[in-house]
Amino acid sequence: MAARAIWKGQLKLGTQKIPVKLYSAVSDRAVRFHILDDSKKARVKQHMVEPESGDEVPHEEIQKGYEIEPGRFVIITEEDLEALKPEPSREIEVGEFVSAEKISQQYYERPYYLAPDGDQDSYFALAEALGKQKREGIARWVMRNKAYTGALAGQDGYLVLSTLRNADEVISADELPKPAGRAPTQKEVTMAKHLVSMLEGEFKPSEYKDEYRERVMEFIEKKAKGHAPKLRAVKSKRATTSLDSVLAKSIEALKKKEKRAA
Amino acid sequence: MQFDENEGGVRPFWSGTITFGLVSVPVNLYPATKTNRTALRMLGPEGVPLARKYFAEKTGKDLDADQMVRGYEIDKGKYVVVTDEELDRLAPEKTRDIDLKRFVKADSIPPLYFERGYFLTPAANSEKAYKLLVQAMEENGDAGIASFVMRGKEHLVGIFADNGILRAETMRFPDELRSPAEIGLPKKKKVTPASVRKFETLIKKRSKRDFRPADDEETERLLKLVKKKQAKRSNVVKIKGEEPEKSNVIDLMEVLKKSLKGKGR
Repeated sequence: MAARAIWKGQLKLGTQKIPVKLYSAVSDRAVRFHILDDSKKARVKQHMVEPESGDEVPHEEIQKGYEIEPGRFVIITEEDLEALKPEPSREIEVGEFVSAEKISQQYYERPYYLAPDGDQDSYFALAEALGKQKREGIARWVMRNKAYTGALAGQDGYLVLSTLRNADEVISADELPKPAGRAPTQKEVTMAKHLVSMLEGEFKPSEYKDEYRERVMEFIEKKAKGHAPKLRAVKSKRATTSLDSVLAKSIEALKKKEKRAA
Repeated sequence: MQFDENEGGVRPFWSGTITFGLVSVPVNLYPATKTNRTALRMLGPEGVPLARKYFAEKTGKDLDADQMVRGYEIDKGKYVVVTDEELDRLAPEKTRDIDLKRFVKADSIPPLYFERGYFLTPAANSEKAYKLLVQAMEENGDAGIASFVMRGKEHLVGIFADNGILRAETMRFPDELRSPAEIGLPKKKKVTPASVRKFETLIKKRSKRDFRPADDEETERLLKLVKKKQAKRSNVVKIKGEEPEKSNVIDLMEVLKKSLKGKGR
């Protein structure tokens, strides 16, 4: 079944405009739990209370405040929030382009597929051009009263727009000190590189499956029927200390495995 | 905040072992992303910060954490209770660790897989093996791929060497992503080389060397308004007569620095 578009707009690159529809590229598969009242096994609700008295404060009496220092708040009214909302717009403005590898993985938040909404030629030409150049366009747009920054990329001939995190949402590794402790020897590094190379291959995501989700669902079904299996705890491992002998053994083991496979 | 406080410091978000070959590297995992600090607080009519409470729908009574359980709705209104311990023990043995059986070129993973970043710091006595893995991956230009269970969910994960530090990026499993065909995108259309070239020229012309992450303009606008109101002393409330709550905001940077320097374990 075809999905429903969640938003419609126009990609704007300079003077060029390409009409697009936006679809979530993510499909939620998480096992959904509810919080229950233990004694009644019934759903619970939330409300806001005065911490001292425990009295409920009804929705219309709640104010929002920004804490400027401990215990001091500036009240932000609904009108304030309304005025702070970004200008509504139907344009996804693409500014500069950068090499894909320049954007750290840390920034990517949520991907959307764009579909052509008329003018298929420009859509597919842009997707191909981005893919060929391995570059991504930095895009800005407003969707449902929120301003977004995103990366526009060509993915298998289609356009993908991923929302990006802001600068102050990401901690960069170069702000952090290098880990303490002794450095490995050159011999150890050479062996480790060799080991890593032996395990190198293509990224094949289809090799991975969420087995845990299946096990949780299986367990729930068994428990519902009244015979939940006993589950045991597992201990954690210790650090490897004699690195070079373990590396040598690892390489040896892999070589044997390859021979057997050959 | 995503931390649990305990005596003697801050507990990592997750602790476990990275393995490659037969080498084990115990690590601690901390978030590499921060949530928006400017979230507004809910206040009562007098300006008292309010607390969010759960209550039972039938009785209207407030519930404490130990009066609540987690349930899966197996039938309408019928729930199966699942405990933390059960969720923890259900993790398949091999997913308790990050077992790097596969390495790929670090720039070969399509960005739509990436979900959220974490830093891994070496745990007790693992500094040397940790550095060894970082250096090998850095020099080979590789990232390690595995799957592991963290806090009740299995994640596909990419391990990257980043400035001497291991960074874990949780990724979506293939069935958590929809394909263009599933969404119903139109079939790819052949386009003329000239029209592709036209866009390539435009892209090249507007290319920059480096990526500059965006500032959070919405937060900046909010802070500006706060300053204005503060200067005019309008709409400022202070809780009277009581000590303000001690701030329990933990500085993630400090935690990470300590952890990397081998302190606070």
